[in-house]
Amino acid sequence: MLKVRWMTFVAVCAALLTANTVLARDEAALIVLGQAVFLEQSKGNCIACHAISDPQAQLAGNQGPPIFNMKLRYPDKRLLRAQVWDATRNNPLTLMPPFGKHWILSEHEIDAVVEYIYQY
Amino acid sequence: MLNFRKVKPFQGWITVALLLCATTSVLADASEPLIDPEADRQALRAYYLKRFPGVDIQDYINGIYALDAASREQWQALEEFPPYEFDLEAGEALFNTPFANGQTYAACFPNGGVSIRQHYPYWNAAEGRVKTLELEINECREKNGEQPYPWKKGPLAQISAYMAWTSRGQVFDIKVPADDAGALAAYAAGKRFFYAKRGQLNLSCANCHLEGSNIFIRADLPGPALGQTTHFPVYRSKWGELGTLHRRYEGCHRDTRSDPLPPQSDAFRNLEYFQTYMSNGLPVNGPGARK
Ligand code: HEC
Ligand code: HEC
Repeated sequence: MLKVRWMTFVAVCAALLTANTVLARDEAALIVLGQAVFLEQSKGNCIACHAISDPQAQLAGNQGPPIFNMKLRYPDKRLLRAQVWDATRNNPLTLMPPFGKHWILSEHEIDAVVEYIYQY
Repeated sequence: MLNFRKVKPFQGWITVALLLCATTSVLADASEPLIDPEADRQALRAYYLKRFPGVDIQDYINGIYALDAASREQWQALEEFPPYEFDLEAGEALFNTPFANGQTYAACFPNGGVSIRQHYPYWNAAEGRVKTLELEINECREKNGEQPYPWKKGPLAQISAYMAWTSRGQVFDIKVPADDAGALAAYAAGKRFFYAKRGQLNLSCANCHLEGSNIFIRADLPGPALGQTTHFPVYRSKWGELGTLHRRYEGCHRDTRSDPLPPQSDAFRNLEYFQTYMSNGLPVNGPGARK
């Protein structure tokens, strides 16, 4: 009996551990995608207007503010996502393209870029 | 810290934009007396005087080189051996070669086609549309039994360059007759085009060339809206050849990810009418050279 319980415990632990690494791996993959969305001209091209302190982000433009202190400035991540999805909600005349509303990026790519900038 | 950058000009731009939007939307119901090109021109000048106080208004004919010292230096080096010189020679030869029927370009234009660039584009009341110099060059050809040239580059751009050259230093004097509803509507359409959001990227010309002038978009610096058309046609290093204003319009239009309109379309001629009116008081300096 004791032995069975012990084995269940081990099995559950193992399952949880793998689940965790899978989650971590998913998140890492999301951030890799998010970086590509940020940097590549055919995707978000966010770098055209925003500096970010990622060493890979060279020759950034400065039409928009630098991406900085995101966690502090957007404690609610959903508001950050909303800014990326449709910047015209906050400022109708904004230069920033409405990435979700105009189908410039997929919902998944938006999740990814939000995850990526949330680190900075 | 970069956050403080350009806060002031941005607010200034909002004011200008609101004013302009206010006028544009009112005139959409055809209350023509409210269209006031001269007030728009003064507002644009005032905006730039305030935003870049050290820059002489006359210098805006040099586009981004009026604002950014680094690119100005490269450009001055470029202008030492103007890359458009061969085009000017070719343009002069083309202009002076009679058509098969013995007629000439000179006969199609006032003052023999010399020193007239500053009056283009203009509102042609009889035809009810804006006429550009390029449009009339091709009309001249067709009237004399020749095929029209393609609009964006080549011989048409060369002839236009030569005609601009003979007008260098003349001051732009575009007229929008206040008693002509058609002219006012064409001007208003051009103005609306400039300020309207377009394309998948939801960008207006003004986003980059008013609010965004002299601020980096990736490695590019958009130039100022004021004086943007005075030096066309332009030899652009990126093209490696001479091109017309409407060729440039097409490229910038595409940057908003919308289907570009054809050169010499109504929309582009009206846009040129509006933009050149904004340049009134500035000298012709075409052809120009740009990166
Ligand atoms: C063409 C210019 C442009 C592009 C491209 C652009 N932005 Fe922006 N962005 C701006 C501007 C300008 C602002 C300032 C706020 C405003 O005017 O709406 C801004 C604001 C923001 C903000 C709010 C910043 C703050 O400090 O609160 C975030 C976050 C942001 N952008 C993320 C992105 C992401 C992610 C992308 C790409 C998927 C992107 N931007 C692409 C111009 C741009
Ligand atoms: C995404 C930004 C962007 C948008 C939107 C944009 N432009 Fe541009 N434009 C530029 C840049 C960058 C240049 C090259 C630098 C310069 O010469 O201004 C340029 C150059 C030009 C030039 C040549 C200027 C010169 O001195 O030779 C003209 C004319 C022009 N744009 C008109 C327009 C018009 C009209 C629209 C709207 C249909 C427009 N642009 C939209 C970025 C933009």
